[in-house]
Amino acid sequence: MRALLVVAAIAALVALPSVVSPYYVTVILPAVAYAIALLGFNLLFGYTGLLSFGHALFVAIGGYSAAVLSAKLGVKSFELVLLISAAVSVLVAIPVALLSVRYVRIFFGILTLAFGMLFHSFLFKFYDLTGGDTGLRVLRPSLFGREFADMDKTTFLVGPFYYYCVALLVVLGFIMWRIVHSPFGLHLMAAREHPRKAEYLGVRVRFVRFLAFLVSAFYCAIGGVILAINTGQADPELAYWTHSGDLVFMTVLGGFASFFGPIVGAFSFVALKGELMGLTGYWRFVLGVVLVIMVVLFPRGLVGVGQQVWAKVRPR
Amino acid sequence: MTAFLDVLIGGVFHAAVLFLVAAGLQLVFGVQKIVNLACGSFYALGAYFGISAVKWAIAAGMPPGLFIFVLIVAGLALAVIGPVIEALLRTVYRRDEAFQLLLTFALVLMFQDILRFFWGANPQELGDLVMSYGKLSAGGVQVPTYNVLVIVASIAIAVGIGAFLQRTRFGRILRATAENREMSQALGVNVTWINAAVFTLGTVLGTVGGALVVPTAAASLDMPVELVVEAFAVVVIGGLGSMRGALTGALIVGIMRALAIRYYAELEMLAIYIVVIAILIARPAGLHGKPIE
Repeated sequence: MRALLVVAAIAALVALPSVVSPYYVTVILPAVAYAIALLGFNLLFGYTGLLSFGHALFVAIGGYSAAVLSAKLGVKSFELVLLISAAVSVLVAIPVALLSVRYVRIFFGILTLAFGMLFHSFLFKFYDLTGGDTGLRVLRPSLFGREFADMDKTTFLVGPFYYYCVALLVVLGFIMWRIVHSPFGLHLMAAREHPRKAEYLGVRVRFVRFLAFLVSAFYCAIGGVILAINTGQADPELAYWTHSGDLVFMTVLGGFASFFGPIVGAFSFVALKGELMGLTGYWRFVLGVVLVIMVVLFPRGLVGVGQQVWAKVRPR
Repeated sequence: MTAFLDVLIGGVFHAAVLFLVAAGLQLVFGVQKIVNLACGSFYALGAYFGISAVKWAIAAGMPPGLFIFVLIVAGLALAVIGPVIEALLRTVYRRDEAFQLLLTFALVLMFQDILRFFWGANPQELGDLVMSYGKLSAGGVQVPTYNVLVIVASIAIAVGIGAFLQRTRFGRILRATAENREMSQALGVNVTWINAAVFTLGTVLGTVGGALVVPTAAASLDMPVELVVEAFAVVVIGGLGSMRGALTGALIVGIMRALAIRYYAELEMLAIYIVVIAILIARPAGLHGKPIE
């Protein structure tokens, strides 16, 4: 059943550009980016039980790396940009993770928030290096060495770039599926459920948390690169703490207790936000109300609701 | 020397306001174990509401000199939102921190638009009303009298809260509840009522802080999200849940910020976060916090 749903979802994503207008594809493209970022984020939040309120830091590193690589260093290849940005992100994550994984619960959240805001004020204040509040331009990359120079920006984004990102989501999603179902994934869950018992059974709790942190930084940077290429801009807002809050929001909206929850959350959040922004200037208020309803009434998220409904209507 | 005094007074003024918000954050964390991201929103609400109240009072014929009292009353009047929001938060007391944080994050989002709905997107200010109090000068430094009044008011509130927590029966019950909720409940403390009261008190500290700061700075929609990170820095430096920590933390953050603004503006927030991270590494529980497991 689940496999069927996954195949259907991938088919729907692939078919999307031929069904809806290019405008909607540009609306959905960030959702693909967030879905990738959240796959990593949820390894830390859902599977390891560490709530970070600063992971926008790594999304921003992805975005800014893409900007520096494409606009300043002239790196054209998307593959290279992805790899280098993710590597930079992991490098930054090493000291951050080493310090953060010493704590759990609210202290972990606050420490990551502090790191995120540290990076934000760096981006914001060091104008010469980072462009300050206007940020940096991100140029269009080449895919597998092809330039697509004959296409205008939108055609490129909703065409080859979109398919490339969907493929990335599928591949990275598969890798994450393998990660959470590996012994390493079990170690993470054991460390979440009962750290002391897990330690006693031979799980190196801090070490596996550290690794999970690095993996999440890798995924978030990939998401950040896609986001920045989509908007053509990397700006400090990417690193702001409310953006980290959005990441948590999306994960809880979809359901952090399930593997596919964050992906569902990313798509529903982006679609919801897009719709609301078209409907009313007060979309933040409505988003807030939605979040309250989810947190209070449906803590298992949309996927949890779906599972409950399915359990009721399922043919026995 | 003059420059030093200038920085010191500027820093202490900022610290006085930060202390109020951070004290609210600490009270709520101490008793309810919730880190309230919306504390900045209460602060901004106090600021906007304060402006409206003063404008209305002056239009009604109040002598402008009384505006500080109007601000305080406006801040206090906003206590009405405390119990309402507490009733919402009540639903997640027994849940994971993630949900608690997210619920207050939802409040931040909602307040952002509530403020915009009532007061519009443009920054609001009170003009040069502050100057009607004149300036004090000492040691070659000139300070607006109003700033000194705010510092005094904040100290008075700090002393008041300290006496309230240490000396009164209600304060003792409150501290006992913070220490051990189940035991206090077993001994007959009405924890539901304590929660509502504490949250309302925390809210009022934020709204009064916002109302008091507004004659010196414009109220804008960036206020809530920006203040949160500063207030967070304060409580982390001081130690989560500790009132003395709020005081020390506010002084450190306020003075650091004043120093940075004067000597190297690029470092403003950066310097604060570096202190925060250094403290979290060296003393994870903060300067006055209880050790964490």
